[in-house]
Amino acid sequence: MLLALLPMLASATNAADISGLNAEQEARYRTLTNQLRCLVCQNQNIADSDAPLAADLRNQVKRQLLAGESNQQITDYLTERYGDFVLYKPPFKAITLLLWFGPVLLVLLALGMAYAFARRSRSTAKTVAVDEDKLRKLLEENK
Amino acid sequence: MRYLIPVVVLAALVVLFAFGLQHDPREVPSPLIGKPAPAFNLKLLDDGTSYSNADLKGRPVLVNFFASWCEGCQVEHPVLLKLAREFNVEIIGMDYKDKPEDVTNWLARHGSPYRKVVMDEEGTAGLDWGVYGVPETFVLDAAGTIVYKQIGPMTEQAWREKIAPLMAGAKP
Repeated sequence: MLLALLPMLASATNAADISGLNAEQEARYRTLTNQLRCLVCQNQNIADSDAPLAADLRNQVKRQLLAGESNQQITDYLTERYGDFVLYKPPFKAITLLLWFGPVLLVLLALGMAYAFARRSRSTAKTVAVDEDKLRKLLEENK
Repeated sequence: MRYLIPVVVLAALVVLFAFGLQHDPREVPSPLIGKPAPAFNLKLLDDGTSYSNADLKGRPVLVNFFASWCEGCQVEHPVLLKLAREFNVEIIGMDYKDKPEDVTNWLARHGSPYRKVVMDEEGTAGLDWGVYGVPETFVLDAAGTIVYKQIGPMTEQAWREKIAPLMAGAKP
């Protein structure tokens, strides 16, 4: 029962935020607040968080949308103050190379290991292979 | 040789986890380190005269964001008092999202380590300084550049190991 009420509460707090924005600004507001991390409760974006800081950041996003700033200008404003950590999608630069290419490297490593194992088992298979001439000879000797 | 591989992998994981455990994810490195203190122009608690970032230049200072409603601020308060009294450190208090009467009562009760208390009632300076949870303390050099940020309560260890060497001028 209480759980069923929770989404209503959440949408009620968000509905108050978007007054005064036109449809286009509202869409951008939703995109931005969903992409920005709340620094107090780090696994929530600022759209979902009830922390006072998240409310401040939502207001800041709204104020800048009303002032005609672009999405880029708004995210730049926030990263200047809080660092790249506010962005859920980390930017592509030297320090994040490992973050972006790490998974690809791991897949390549796994493929390399799989290939090495496959080759090794193939070569063992060869050494166990029966020499038919020898076998025939052995069988004939024992007749 | 082939038994060495799991051992090496395990050792690498141990090093990685040991590093990860010592790192507090709540401490988000500030992009403001090495940059000039962000601009603000706010009123002082005492007399309502204005105080701006320009007033922070000329000597090393600590800029401490605090509030009367903040529990971590009570934790660090004795340390700040000690720094002000024993080491003669200049601490500027930025009263974050607080009411003048509340902070006046709070300072009367606990004592004030601050040379000046700046009222940031709306939290606008806090936003520009990238504050995401009081207490946070910025170390400024004489040029007004941010050289260090202490996230969470100030400790004697942080003072001794990190901050005192940056504020050489503040020693008695």
